[in-house]
Amino acid sequence: MKEFFAFVRKEFLHIFRDRKTLLVLIGLPTMLIVLFGFAISTEIRNVNIGFFSPQEDAVLSRLADKIDQSGYFTSVGWMRSEAEIDEAMRQGRIDVALMFGSDFTSGLYSPEGAVVSVVTDATNPNNASMEVMYLASIINEYFGSDISRSVSMRMAASANMSSASGMLVPNLRMLYNPQLKSSYNFVPGIMGLILMLICSLMTSVSIVREKETGSMEVLLVSPVRPINIVLAKMIPYFVIACVVLLNILLLTIFVLKVPVAGSFFWMILVSVIYIILSLGIGMLVSSLVRTQIIATLICGMIFLVPVMMFSGMLYPIESMPVALQWFAQVIPAKWFIEAIRKIMIEGVPVRYVTMEILVMTGMAAMFFTAAVVKFKDKL
Amino acid sequence: MMDKGHVIEVEHLTKRFGDFTAVDDISFHVSRGEIFGFLGANGAGKTTAMRMLTGLSFPTSGKGIVAGFDIWTQSELIKKHIGYMSQKFALYGDLTVQDNLELFAGIYGVSRRDAGQRIDELLGRLSLSHERGSLVKDLPQGWKQKLAFSVSIIHKPEIVFLDEPTGGVDPAARRQFWELIYEAVDEGITAFVTTHYMDEAEYCNRISMMVDGRIDALDSPAALKARYGAGSIAEVFDILARGAVRSE
Repeated sequence: MKEFFAFVRKEFLHIFRDRKTLLVLIGLPTMLIVLFGFAISTEIRNVNIGFFSPQEDAVLSRLADKIDQSGYFTSVGWMRSEAEIDEAMRQGRIDVALMFGSDFTSGLYSPEGAVVSVVTDATNPNNASMEVMYLASIINEYFGSDISRSVSMRMAASANMSSASGMLVPNLRMLYNPQLKSSYNFVPGIMGLILMLICSLMTSVSIVREKETGSMEVLLVSPVRPINIVLAKMIPYFVIACVVLLNILLLTIFVLKVPVAGSFFWMILVSVIYIILSLGIGMLVSSLVRTQIIATLICGMIFLVPVMMFSGMLYPIESMPVALQWFAQVIPAKWFIEAIRKIMIEGVPVRYVTMEILVMTGMAAMFFTAAVVKFKDKL
Repeated sequence: MMDKGHVIEVEHLTKRFGDFTAVDDISFHVSRGEIFGFLGANGAGKTTAMRMLTGLSFPTSGKGIVAGFDIWTQSELIKKHIGYMSQKFALYGDLTVQDNLELFAGIYGVSRRDAGQRIDELLGRLSLSHERGSLVKDLPQGWKQKLAFSVSIIHKPEIVFLDEPTGGVDPAARRQFWELIYEAVDEGITAFVTTHYMDEAEYCNRISMMVDGRIDALDSPAALKARYGAGSIAEVFDILARGAVRSE
């Protein structure tokens, strides 16, 4: 036991002496959270908009003000002609334009309806369709509440043809994430990524380093049991992973203001299972390879990249081809992210994540067994 | 079966890897307090033999007792009673001199109080006390090797195995290194040394020469020189190695 603690102490010394790596480990998740939380966002904000109408109309200028005040759009004012809109679009002064047809307001009450065109810059198709959607809902709401519910309005968007009928007012409810914040989607993903990075990559590299430098040979001749060498390696990374986990959660709750809807206890427990699972992967990798470069490549290619691709963080798994959907099932992070999403965002009771917990526990047991079997007492 | 004065006793030790016989039926003993030189060309089987003696691998057949323990059944006990210094320098460069010494004292179960004393003593011997807090990677190569040797005898083992300990060091530093070995032997530690340098073989009490997995000669340097009518151990080695089948 004494030799074990001597060894654990040494591992902590390694990590704390290597300030830069430690800084990256703690700093990277902080950076990612801030980056994803504020800079990278799928929401639209302050999109420059221009307006055009053949006639001056008080109703329309109030609508323009309303759009300007929504926060999603910033008005650059009324244009005098369609040519001016075209010009402004080319110069990049506006990203979207709203062009009302002649006699728009009176058209609202006529059976033929009124015509408004939404022109958007579709270079970024996601943004373009988002802008059309937001505009349509603002216009609908404006005329729906201000004038009358029985308004029939036809909208023709030149970039994205969409028409909404005023007769049919869909009642949308966004469950679990009413403000449609993208942070709800990526926080579990970042947790999955970072914890996997620390636990599998760092652990395996640190074990393999001892093989590379030859110190492993000296350790194997010493009375330390090989399994203890590996366990002692895991303890510091386990501690760091827990610190990083708390760091991410605090940032998420207090900086990104994403509340934890479900049980905090179970969320931590699920994370700890995932941490242990990742440590098992690190241990297995280190028992299979001999050089740090190979260990890095294996962890990076086989475990980290799929976390990005198949965890549902970037692309929804449901819309992938069936073969890839099956493949996603063997990605440990997929189960973790799913479980965290359910507990943290949906706030469901733990019995709904039993499946995820069981799968992760099973995977962890599998990796550890394989690693212990593969780990040779004798070089 | 073991003679009280023998710390290593090996009989008919053989190690095969498939068709290849790395160590071919070797028998020898090493007396307590001896400096035993284990010589041979690269590939002669020195490292394989040493791995079996240090409990890193099992022989294919044969018997061996190291520090009073059986290499077949008691390798964990052997590990507690031997020291080992690797050919590759294997201390931790990113830890300080003191950290490295404390780590290995801990690994070998030296009590905290004894460890403190022993570390002071060893650093004093190396005149390295003022470098306690330095990172090992910042030390010159010769000092690192002396430090690695001190680490390998921190628990006062019965035998210390030194695998090419003076590789890549200048002659002056090599002589200093051998002085350390002599001091350790004065403490009652037996030294089992493999080396490339034939002049170093002269420092040993007895040397064995391995050729193609067999021990072809084993005696004191003076007796070997007399037997082969050679002026130096290097000449003896040349005569023996001429018959070698395995080349480097």
